[in-house]
Amino acid sequence: MSPLVQAKALTKHFGTFEAVRGIDVEVRRGEAFGFLGPNGAGKSSTMRMIACVSGRTSGDLTVLGMDPDVDGPKIRARIGVVPQLDNLDTELTVRQNLQVYGRYFGLSRAHVRAKAAELMEFAQLTDRANDEVEPLSGGMKRRLTIARSLVNDPELLLLDEPTTGLDPQARHLLWDRLFRLKQDGVTLIITTHYMDEAEQLCDRLVVMDGGRIAAEGSPSELISRYSTREVLELRFQPGSEPPVLDDLAERVEVLPDRVLLYAADGEAALQAVHARGINPVASLVRRSSLEDVFLRLTGRTLVD
Amino acid sequence: MTVPTGRVLSPLHAAWLCVEKHWAWYRRNWRATVISNFLQPVLFLVAIGIGFGSQVQPSEITGGVPYVQYLAPALVVITAIQNATFESTYAILSAFIWQKTFIGIVATPITPAQVLYGQLIWIVGRLLSGCAVFLVIAALLGAVSGPGVLLALPFATLAGMAFSAPIVAFSATLDKPDSFNTIFRFVLMPMTLFTGAFFPVSQLPDWLEPLVWITPAWHGIELARGATFGTLGFLPALGHVAFLAVLTAVGIVLARKYFHRRLAM
Repeated sequence: MSPLVQAKALTKHFGTFEAVRGIDVEVRRGEAFGFLGPNGAGKSSTMRMIACVSGRTSGDLTVLGMDPDVDGPKIRARIGVVPQLDNLDTELTVRQNLQVYGRYFGLSRAHVRAKAAELMEFAQLTDRANDEVEPLSGGMKRRLTIARSLVNDPELLLLDEPTTGLDPQARHLLWDRLFRLKQDGVTLIITTHYMDEAEQLCDRLVVMDGGRIAAEGSPSELISRYSTREVLELRFQPGSEPPVLDDLAERVEVLPDRVLLYAADGEAALQAVHARGINPVASLVRRSSLEDVFLRLTGRTLVD
Repeated sequence: MTVPTGRVLSPLHAAWLCVEKHWAWYRRNWRATVISNFLQPVLFLVAIGIGFGSQVQPSEITGGVPYVQYLAPALVVITAIQNATFESTYAILSAFIWQKTFIGIVATPITPAQVLYGQLIWIVGRLLSGCAVFLVIAALLGAVSGPGVLLALPFATLAGMAFSAPIVAFSATLDKPDSFNTIFRFVLMPMTLFTGAFFPVSQLPDWLEPLVWITPAWHGIELARGATFGTLGFLPALGHVAFLAVLTAVGIVLARKYFHRRLAM
């Protein structure tokens, strides 16, 4: 089956600024695909090109087998978009937002009426149906934005930083809704700078940095390729010079606030540290995450 | 497996759906806007038309009718121009940068140009209805000379659009509202006072008159007043309408360019 989204040597320039510098991406039907990277990595520019609201500077791009430059409206009719910043009509009610938006896709009044009811149920907003959007909480607005993006039953859903700024409870509720969509066969493309979100949601992802793709694979593949099984995190007195521990781990990263020892067995590494008479203020053994992958690939942490 | 239900619409249908969105908003909020739509022109009508006008003898210049009736068709145009300004400034900028609703719409099959057309159709509706309400109040105040004043409606709306379309284009280039105050104070206000609504422009200094000729308000007032009192010649009418149409068209072309730049780059 042909890929749902295919990009080859895709670039996007704004004047002299190169936001996207030649990326190759392939998204298959039914998967959840992620763009992981810090702010300014080129994730949102890529998403806007896939969403057919921003033309490419060079390279090839097909979405649903069509060229966005030629068939933008046709593609947009079949996809859903959750933008980074909510653009709900805050002076309309929850229900009106869904109905009005559905009409833009050429749906009949009767269809959008039924669809709005169904989506408010999905987004747990039924009891706020006739309330204006303005006073809703951030989590509710985000859920409404996601519900709105589903009004045309899209086969591809683009989510740009879907949970940024939400509290943990609201994030988990959103993730749950996204899992359900995936089970219903909707293909998801997600940008995020949260590694836990990428690990939770994405079957496959690319790590973006500086407009380029640094690595590609499933979260577990990337972790085993670029990191060790476990990580020992050590904290020392602020301002004190951290001891040299390079021989105790496969790799050591010294960050401003802590030292990371990459080792297959974190506990064993911790015992070796103690055996040298070194006593950190705090220590933690954890499994490797995408954060470690990113650190390895770029030399920087994701969320500064 | 879900089957997508969206489809691409004809440009006119797409633009009309943007009007529908405004209507959904208006149905809930019309009470808040209705007064401000005609308050200022009605105040002008009462204070200057009835108050000050009581001291003015009907003469050749007023076409032999009482001053307040001479004023009424021109104030229909002023109503349109004022409403056009409000509908083309904050409302547009907000849809780009505060509420960002335009950004939401162009993620659907609707294009930036269709968003613009919908917005302009909506403004036409607002101008027509605002002017009609003003006329009803003017009639109740005895400021209307006869049914001829209804002819002022289409001309006022055209003049309003000739001002609206370029301002919509300008608003689409802004990132902050600061320059709107300049428009209100240094364009809208003088255009209200000095383009022939209250007194003939021949009373202005000669060097100022050409400046008046390029305002949509003057052309609108000439048309509206001439049509109301049956003094409008065919060629002058054609000239005024052509000027206003060109101004509208230029505004639309520019606005289309800036909407595209802003929403699809």
